[in-house]
Amino acid sequence: MAFHPNTIRRQKVKVGFKWDLYAGMSIPYLLVLFLFVLLPFIFIVLYAFLSKDGSKLYLTLDNFVEFVINEKFLSAAGLSLWFAFITTVICLIISYPIAYFIGRSKFQLRSLIIMLITIPMWINMLLRTLAWKQIFQLFESWLGISILGTDFAVTFGMVYVFLPFMIIPIYTSIIKINPSLYEASKDLGANSLLTFIHVTLPLSMPGIISGITMVFLPAATSLVIPKYLGDGNSRYYLIGNLIESYFIKGDNYYFGSAIAVILSLIILMMMYLVTKMDRTIVNEKANTLKGRKKVGGNLNG
Amino acid sequence: MENNNTPLIELRNISKSFGETKVLRNINLTINRNEFVTLLGPSGCGKTTTLRILGGFESPTSGEVYFEGKDISSVPPYERESNTVFQSYALFPHLDVYDNIAFGLRIETLEKREYPNVELTKKEKIKKFFYNKTKKYTETEIEEKVNAVIKLVNLTGMENRSVTNLSGGQRQRVAIARAIILRPKILLLDESLSALDLKLRKDMQYELKELQRSTGITFVFVTHDQEEALTMSDKIVLMKDGNVEQQGTAEEIYNEPVNRYVANFIGDSNILSGKVIDSRHVEFDGEKFLMDETNFPDGTEVDVMMRPEDLDIVYPSKGKLTGVVDSIFFKGVFYEVDVTLDNKRIVTIHTTDYIPAGKKVGINFDTEDITLMEKMK
Repeated sequence: MAFHPNTIRRQKVKVGFKWDLYAGMSIPYLLVLFLFVLLPFIFIVLYAFLSKDGSKLYLTLDNFVEFVINEKFLSAAGLSLWFAFITTVICLIISYPIAYFIGRSKFQLRSLIIMLITIPMWINMLLRTLAWKQIFQLFESWLGISILGTDFAVTFGMVYVFLPFMIIPIYTSIIKINPSLYEASKDLGANSLLTFIHVTLPLSMPGIISGITMVFLPAATSLVIPKYLGDGNSRYYLIGNLIESYFIKGDNYYFGSAIAVILSLIILMMMYLVTKMDRTIVNEKANTLKGRKKVGGNLNG
Repeated sequence: MENNNTPLIELRNISKSFGETKVLRNINLTINRNEFVTLLGPSGCGKTTTLRILGGFESPTSGEVYFEGKDISSVPPYERESNTVFQSYALFPHLDVYDNIAFGLRIETLEKREYPNVELTKKEKIKKFFYNKTKKYTETEIEEKVNAVIKLVNLTGMENRSVTNLSGGQRQRVAIARAIILRPKILLLDESLSALDLKLRKDMQYELKELQRSTGITFVFVTHDQEEALTMSDKIVLMKDGNVEQQGTAEEIYNEPVNRYVANFIGDSNILSGKVIDSRHVEFDGEKFLMDETNFPDGTEVDVMMRPEDLDIVYPSKGKLTGVVDSIFFKGVFYEVDVTLDNKRIVTIHTTDYIPAGKKVGINFDTEDITLMEKMK
């Protein structure tokens, strides 16, 4: 722990950081960060490369090999990501119009709707999931439609739970847009549709990206929803449930850790791709810029 | 061919209320082609609302806006032949300088900017909404136009800069370039210079005036700065509490203000209460003075205005009025001298000579230096 003040002091030299009371107030947070984030993370990575033979621990890649060889794990991982993907897409389609509507409505109305959207989050997620399970069971007994234990039930549950995490960041990015930009766009000849395409959408892109991150990540590792809305169907034994089974029911922390690490890597890669995609759009602009310069050069020369 | 005698823009009996608050009260205004018109007034006088009605961002509560003789009161901003330079510039932060300027050209379509003469059916309206099928310009044409405008507003080399990294003056140039590239018939400028520092503001005043001359676009400029208005305008519209107090050239408004409010708003002035004796004589401070012929009927109670620079300090024996110098301030080009008259009234005079405080002086003026104004209610 001795390195904390040191790092801070080193920063002080670098960016003109002043060591004072306020900087000192960050120490408890840094401690928490170290003890409960960094340290467990190191342990998980370490565990992933360990295995136990009787009472002997040894370094190995077996956990990873096992994951790749055993079809069960790969398909669970694939299905998890698929559900997360579908959930994200549906959330995005539902959220954008809602967020747009709230963002452009009157101030009093805004806070009311935002409250209505966040209220369900005050209730424990497990309870909400179980409530949906019962509602689906009711449907089954009244109408004879069996919903529980289908893709629909699992996706529905995920969309329901994660929707606010998509709406809020998009809403935030939409209210940040200066309203005079809409007027400027109209003034320059764009009707409402063109204004939306050329002004609102690109300026709300940061909100869309963070919404995607905030829905995709928890959806990919969600545990409770597939467990209860999947109704015990082994198809919905997703990656979160796998990790749970190795940590809680079994005692193979090593393999459980390996699954967690692999999943993190996959998600990290996907997030990288998403942000890269965003950047490619920007880069494309830069490229047209370059092209534009060339054209200009030809015209002049 | 359009009849060149029809004014470009005509506001007829425009009133505007926001809820209970009346912002504009029966405004009538005519703007001709190739004019630099300034809407001048203190904040809250309705000048920005008038501009927003011209731009189509607000619709008047009553009254009509005519453009080249056609009623455009209900035409949305994107179909009007006007463009706006907003007070905060409203540049698109996600686009660089080039793309900001090219924005309007990329949107513009062939059938754009033709006013609907007939009521559209719902189906036609929907079709019109999605009409961005035929772009008016190719990227090469756009590039040519953008480069020309960038040169015009002195932004060469800045094309790829992000607009968030520009100084106030540069942002303003982008905002102007973005608007004039569409060759509007009217350019609306909303307090566009108020965010700039003094030196830059002065430079921009001349550049704007020059731009207006070279492009032949009608400029409608909103400001609360009387000096700015005097420097740039062909026509000043002075507003107060939602009314037009006076409109005319800078000289007309300065030399012949219609009332005390206008006289005070533009320049410094000495205003005294008086009474018209006959067409050549006015009485104030108990004395009768000769003046140029007036149209006010005999016996009218009037406000008499004299500009400080029209008053001359002379020897006490030669003055029409006499008094004692109360104070003197150096103002750069002139001294501002406050003289207490014999009847205790204080008069301000601008002179290039230094007169020490406490000295007895006479004040002289010509017959044409007396301006009569109607008394304000």
